[in-house]
Amino acid sequence: MLEPMGSTSEDRRKDQQDYVLRTVEERGVRLIRLWFTDVQGRHKSVAISPAELEAVLDEGLQFDGSAIDGFSRVQESDVLARPDAATFELLPWADPEEPSGTIFCDITNLDGSPFEGDPRQVLRRNVERARAIGFDMFCAPEVEFFYFADTDTSTAPVPLDRASYFDLTTTDVASDLRKQTLHMLEALSIPVEYSFHEDSPSQHEIDLQYTDALSMADSVMTLRLAVKKIAMDRGVYATFMPKPLNGVQGSGMHTHLSLFQDGQNAFHDPGDPDGLSEVARAFIAGLLHHAREITAVTNQLVNSYKRINEGYEAPRYVSWARNNRSALVRVPVPKPGKVESTRIEYRALDPSCNPYLAFSVMLAAGLRGVEEGLELPPEARVNLYDLSRREQRDLGVDGLPANLSEALDEMEASTLVRDALGDHIFEWFLRNKRAEWNEYQRQVTPFELETYLPNW
Amino acid sequence: MDTLLVFPDPPPPELAQCLDLGGWVWKSMPNAEAAMAEEPIGGWAGAVVVADTDPEGAFALCRRLRKVEMPLSPLFLLVDSSQLADLELREDLFDDFCLTPFRPNEFQARLEHLCFRTGREVQPELVEYGPLVLNLETYQAAIDGSPLDLTYMEYELLKFLASHPGKVFTRETLLSRVWGYDYYGGARTVDVHVRRLRAKLGEEHAGLIHTVRSVGYRFGQSRWNV
Repeated sequence: MLEPMGSTSEDRRKDQQDYVLRTVEERGVRLIRLWFTDVQGRHKSVAISPAELEAVLDEGLQFDGSAIDGFSRVQESDVLARPDAATFELLPWADPEEPSGTIFCDITNLDGSPFEGDPRQVLRRNVERARAIGFDMFCAPEVEFFYFADTDTSTAPVPLDRASYFDLTTTDVASDLRKQTLHMLEALSIPVEYSFHEDSPSQHEIDLQYTDALSMADSVMTLRLAVKKIAMDRGVYATFMPKPLNGVQGSGMHTHLSLFQDGQNAFHDPGDPDGLSEVARAFIAGLLHHAREITAVTNQLVNSYKRINEGYEAPRYVSWARNNRSALVRVPVPKPGKVESTRIEYRALDPSCNPYLAFSVMLAAGLRGVEEGLELPPEARVNLYDLSRREQRDLGVDGLPANLSEALDEMEASTLVRDALGDHIFEWFLRNKRAEWNEYQRQVTPFELETYLPNW
Repeated sequence: MDTLLVFPDPPPPELAQCLDLGGWVWKSMPNAEAAMAEEPIGGWAGAVVVADTDPEGAFALCRRLRKVEMPLSPLFLLVDSSQLADLELREDLFDDFCLTPFRPNEFQARLEHLCFRTGREVQPELVEYGPLVLNLETYQAAIDGSPLDLTYMEYELLKFLASHPGKVFTRETLLSRVWGYDYYGGARTVDVHVRRLRAKLGEEHAGLIHTVRSVGYRFGQSRWNV
């Protein structure tokens, strides 16, 4: 009556494929979308028909990678998209008459080896590396975004709840949108912890329940798509741009992290007065030590630094604290009896990041701290925003990079980031982002026109 | 799941409890005639025969079940230590035995092993529990007649739990039985999937999967309030 144990991973792969094929057949699925992610973190999709599915599950789908950001190489440009059958889902917003399914893919070279330009493979490798020393990382991001009244992105954004005097109606639209989004996310196996209206006009936040890093990165990709898609259907535009409006706080993606070892929370130590283990302290120390190096990856847009520089809930300084929201790493105090939820919160991330790469560099930075037994600097007990630069320096507190250019300089000098991302993505990312920065540097901005034109 | 034949009728309460907690489907029978008359279409999955209170009736039943064209197997006998001598020359009447009073863990392990060895762990095509139906042939699950859209692991977890209603499983057991080698995240992965399953079952049916504090999870109701 109990299934025999010890099925091999090859058996398991076959079972998963059967499951997908049977479900496609039973449910009359017409289209299967193969999903993957480019180096910038943009969602890519190729649709295939059920007739092609079996062969694609077995052998992968060959395509020319040179058109995808970060996939091009000098020699061979063809790669294989290999569906990860465990991620198969029916798309909840598809026409019930024509159901469609989705599967996340790993990208491999034609010989089957992991493709070095695939962010999902990068995270896989970092997760495996952590497992090799006994740790599994769990993540729970808090994703913020804005709804704007118009889907035309060429005009200035108008917050949804300021778009009209009919406040009741627009508030209804936003809460309706959110409710529907949550429903879709649950249907896509993405449980939501909380969802609420944030401080800024038309800003919303969805907190996801923790899961392993790879599944969570997939979930963040799906969430961004679902939020945008459901908004679009209602003629509303949803954006994960970190700082779309002047003068109000931007959108972050504070991410809670914990490590588990043999099923136990490795961040918790019942013997420690603060409940924090040595592993937790060293992991935080690693994150702080490498924070400036990983910022280009966790905050990858020119615009990301407008959010960080504005302050509010965004951390400006490399520091940690228990209850100080100006700190880069916050250590929430777990509720009594809930020691399993001991975790840390990294607050720099913004929702424009590539979650595969961002989780990879955070994991690598933290683990480096654990491996080297780094000592945790003292907790920041004052609001760092209130201190002068000199006082901050006296406390040994560094700032995060002030802009993308500075962040790229830090990244370029980092063997940790190179190692975590692999040469291919590391170099492509730097080239691409330098070009973005240079392009930006040449722009004459509205600020300059408003400030200088009348006076000079 | 096929039904186990249990003798006598009613069985000793500690045996009934042990079978329920083990997730076995069983029916007790007073004698061979009743057992023949009530035999399920696919045949009995096996028999658990307690011989310590009514040895004569018990051995008569064993003989009737075994001395036929298609002898019933596996047959698991429970005897007390004074009866060990009675087993001599009756080796063909049972496949394994256990001494009463039995230890529940040993009983479970032996019975599972016996069913496994004799290939009688036949998987049914349908698993049903209240409003939930799983078709193991087509991998489809439905609740109240509406299809559930599950990922492969969600389906496997639900299948395992629903196949053993009332039994409490630790996270570690679920991990090794459902995930095997191929998983990330250790025992916490189980919690994550249970949460997803509950979300997909919907508010009304989320309670089908119970959290058993500081132990693990149980599907459906327990008759023994464990």
